[in-house]
Order: sequence, then structure tokens, then C-alpha cells
Amino acid sequence: MSTAATRDLPCQQIVELVTDYLEGAMDAPLRTSFEAHLAGCPHCTHYLEQIEATIRVAGTIRAEDLSPELRAGLLAAFREFRRP
Amino acid sequence: MAVSPPPDEDAPLLDALRVGDERAFEALVDRYGPSLLRLAQLYVSSRSVAEEVVQETWLAVVTGIERFEGRSSLKTWLFRILTNKAKTRGQREGRTLPFSSLASDGDEDQTAVAVERFARGGAWATPPRGVPEERLLAGETRARVEQAISALPPNQRAVITLRDVEGLSAEEACNVLGISETNQRVLLHRARAKVRTALERYLEDA
Repeated sequence: MSTAATRDLPCQQIVELVTDYLEGAMDAPLRTSFEAHLAGCPHCTHYLEQIEATIRVAGTIRAEDLSPELRAGLLAAFREFRRP
Repeated sequence: MAVSPPPDEDAPLLDALRVGDERAFEALVDRYGPSLLRLAQLYVSSRSVAEEVVQETWLAVVTGIERFEGRSSLKTWLFRILTNKAKTRGQREGRTLPFSSLASDGDEDQTAVAVERFARGGAWATPPRGVPEERLLAGETRARVEQAISALPPNQRAVITLRDVEGLSAEEACNVLGISETNQRVLLHRARAKVRTALERYLEDA
């Protein structure tokens, strides 16, 4: 058994590891320690949920439509380019 | 097959664009134009220059469509062309994003969560609360998150925009921005942490 697998990580370190965890950028022993901490810590579980909520809300942001002028300009340029 | 094909919905449009179909071009402009403009605005100072960069990008797409081999998704290919053009413009303007360098991020000492929120020994002193799911759907919540993203340093903003707003994979984002996986992850970590802080503050205010 790796000693790292039973390492107790403090909450303050957990929050710095959340991205590595979500990105799958952790080795197996660290992942085990991370998940063991989460299983016993509702606060860090809430933290992870807030990060996941942030990602979810960010995914609903839409970019503004192009201005009609820019859009028309692009189509005109396309026609110009395609003209034989 | 090791190569993933472009998303199904782009494939017929690409075929049509290759034979000069204007409607296909129009559909692609409507699908990706807004995202391209948003991305361009990270690199250049004014909206009008950003619009020029978008125009140059579409011209490059039309003239270079034969060179698109579908090794990446169309979206990633478009974003890559755009960032290259936008970077060139930004450099001419004397405005460059320090993507290659973490040291120039300007906030190396930042922690994901303010140190005051932890007790000695690193356990939570002021812990975060559960997420009120029903409030996440509100337009106001989205507006706050959008605002927090706009306030980020440009390189963090670019990474979180590509990853969480546009939904690119880590590999695609690295490819578009020309940065390493580690650099991408660090920037994403800082960006998400700051946006989470803003979201938490907003949700607790009510």
C-alpha cells in the first residue's frame, strides 16, 4: 500500500487540487486520498459542487450575434470571392 | 479509427461550402461567427479591429477550405485561425497575451480560496454552502458569471472561455492557444476559482 493512498489532505489543499481532479490529472494514490477526503467532508463536497455549478452556468453563456453590417459584409465578401 | 470526424452537423455544411454554396457559408457564419468575435476581442483593443480579424478569418476559411482535413473539429480549426490572426493584430497594436509565461500572469500568489476562510491546519473555518440548483438557471446568475469572466486577466479569460463557455476539450484549448497542458490547467484553475468566488458571493447575498 502506498502511503500516499492514506494521506490525509487538509481542505485548503483539496481546493487547490479540484481542477487536477476534474481534468483527470492525478495519479491513482492522490486520487484515492482526494476522494476519501471528499467522502468524509461535506464542506469540500460543497466546494466541488460550486465549481461544477460554475462550469455549468458558464456553459449557458451565449456570444452576442454579429451586427447586421458585419454579417452582410461577410456574405458580400463571399460572393465576391466566388464570382468567376 | 484514431481520428475523430467533425461533428455531424458541420459535415454537410462543409461539403456544401467546398462547392461554393452561399447558404452553407451563411449557416457557418451564424453558427460560429459570434464565438469568433468574442474570442477576437480578447486579443485586440477595439470592436472594429476584432470585426476585421473575424473577416480575415472567414476569408482564410473560404480560401483554405481545401486544406481542412477534419483532423480537428471545424470549431477548433476556426478558433485556431482566428487566434493566429488576432495575435498578429494584437502584436502590431503592442498588445500581447503572455500565454507562454506563467510568471507574467500577475497573480502567482493567488489561492483558490481566501486564506482567511481556513483554520490553522487547513480545515474550513467558513465553509461553502450547498448549491441552490433552482437559482442556477436564472438569467441573473448567468449575468454574474459572465461578468466575473470578463474581469479575469486575458489569458485566464481565454482558457475558461474556450473550455467552459465554448466546451472545447483541454487538448483543443491547448491547440487553439498554443500553450502546454500544464499551463492550460493552471490558468483554468485560477479562472474557475475566481468565478466560483463571484458565484458564491452572489448566491449568498440573496
